[in-house]
Amino acid sequence: MKPDLFRYAAPQAFFPVAGKLIPWFSVLAGVLALIGLYIAFFVAPTDFQQGEAYRIIFIHVPAAWMSMFIYLVMAGWAGMGLALNTRLSGMMASALAPTGAMFTFIALWSGALWGKPTWGTYWVWDARLTSELILLFLYLGFIALKGAIADPVRADRAGAVLALLGAVNVPIIYFSVQWWNTLHQGSSINLMAAPTMAATMLAGMLVMALAAWMYGVAATLARLRNIILERERDADWVRLQRSAA
Amino acid sequence: MHGFALIVRRDLRLALRRKGDVLNVLVFFLVVASLFPLGVGPEPDQLRAMAAGVAWVAALLAAVISLPRLFAADLADGTLEQLLLSPQPLAVVVLAKIAAHWLCTGLPLALVAPLIGLQYGLPADALAILLASLLLGTPVLSLLGAAGAALTLGVRGAGALAGLLLLPLYVPALVFGAGAVTAAMSGLDPSAYLALLGALLAVSSLVGPWAACAALRIALD
Amino acid sequence: MNWGGVNEFLAMGGYGFYVWGSYGVAALCIFLEIFFLRSKRQKS
Repeated sequence: MKPDLFRYAAPQAFFPVAGKLIPWFSVLAGVLALIGLYIAFFVAPTDFQQGEAYRIIFIHVPAAWMSMFIYLVMAGWAGMGLALNTRLSGMMASALAPTGAMFTFIALWSGALWGKPTWGTYWVWDARLTSELILLFLYLGFIALKGAIADPVRADRAGAVLALLGAVNVPIIYFSVQWWNTLHQGSSINLMAAPTMAATMLAGMLVMALAAWMYGVAATLARLRNIILERERDADWVRLQRSAA
Repeated sequence: MHGFALIVRRDLRLALRRKGDVLNVLVFFLVVASLFPLGVGPEPDQLRAMAAGVAWVAALLAAVISLPRLFAADLADGTLEQLLLSPQPLAVVVLAKIAAHWLCTGLPLALVAPLIGLQYGLPADALAILLASLLLGTPVLSLLGAAGAALTLGVRGAGALAGLLLLPLYVPALVFGAGAVTAAMSGLDPSAYLALLGALLAVSSLVGPWAACAALRIALD
Repeated sequence: MNWGGVNEFLAMGGYGFYVWGSYGVAALCIFLEIFFLRSKRQKS
């Protein structure tokens, strides 16, 4: 008997599933974060060139990875909603955007604080930071467009077109910013180059990235539930939920 | 093809009736470019170094403010719905409107840009590259701009919103276009940049109209 | 273990401001996100 997974495409069906999943992902995120932070501060040795400041890498790089990953996932869900006309996919994309924007902001903030002791200024126009800044603008544009369109179905579909347009352009933008950076740097020193990766450093970054991923899933599912309640508020099952609460 | 030409001619005729709109964008372009020296000082070497970037950024901004014209007027008088219902494939309609838009906006901008180059003290060969880069780049702005205009059709605050959506997407054109001029000024070969702009034009001519068509259908359904 | 004591840990070799500034703001963002998600949930 094939399980009928498509029935979970209905917001009403997925709502309780999401609710059950959130605690698991939250706990995973917490445990992984503790392990990652332990590696970051107590296992990884001090860097010879950058001193203790390099430990920012354990939050900066995972946040940057997640910011890009979430954008692609968001574009994927949005595209699926556009192709299959499923309401829940559009809601997923809306749920992902703020978390993605948050990770982008954390990447930028930690990048700036890493730049100051290492290179002397808070903002450095290197390829990665500049690309992250543009990614933040792409997220903000997506959120702004969704917010500006009153009709939720139109908003979802317009947002999907925008997200896909952005996803196609992100590699081009990244490439052009890299090009721009080497052009104006002369010898292409990657300003945010990590120190030569000891295995412990890589392990720490990966664990923190996994922690961020698990957190991202939990936060997105929680936001999705809020969005479902908001959009389906006229449905009977939501009214029952409210009166029961 | 016949439908394409008809729509281009129609849009051009409408634009000529409202010459003010077209000229406004051009004057905006010149004004913006003239503001930078007032902001940073008239030092010739500094201005020469900035010239390519300033001209290109001013072109991006001028493109953004010219976009509402693309679909808004037709939406208002019902023509847009008619165009969607016509047997003409929507992609042809959109491409025709983009072509007319570029002829009224991008092309004049590109032709006038060397004046700005002169204001900023660019040498003759750099002026030629500036013209070439904008001739290749402004169609990209129109193609992607159509998608932005269609996505924000009828939305409150559409102008600023379209700008917010489009400017990040315009970054590659800016980098390659301004980069071509800067390269030429340093004695390097700008052809790589112009080739990249060409590639960008090719990609945009597929992606832009697709997105614009999808967005128009979404807006008018 | 890398640190000779809590003070060394907090100082981060003189870079404490930058390291804790980064992790602190990240923690704050996460806390705020969770807070807003929960308060939105309570409201509905």
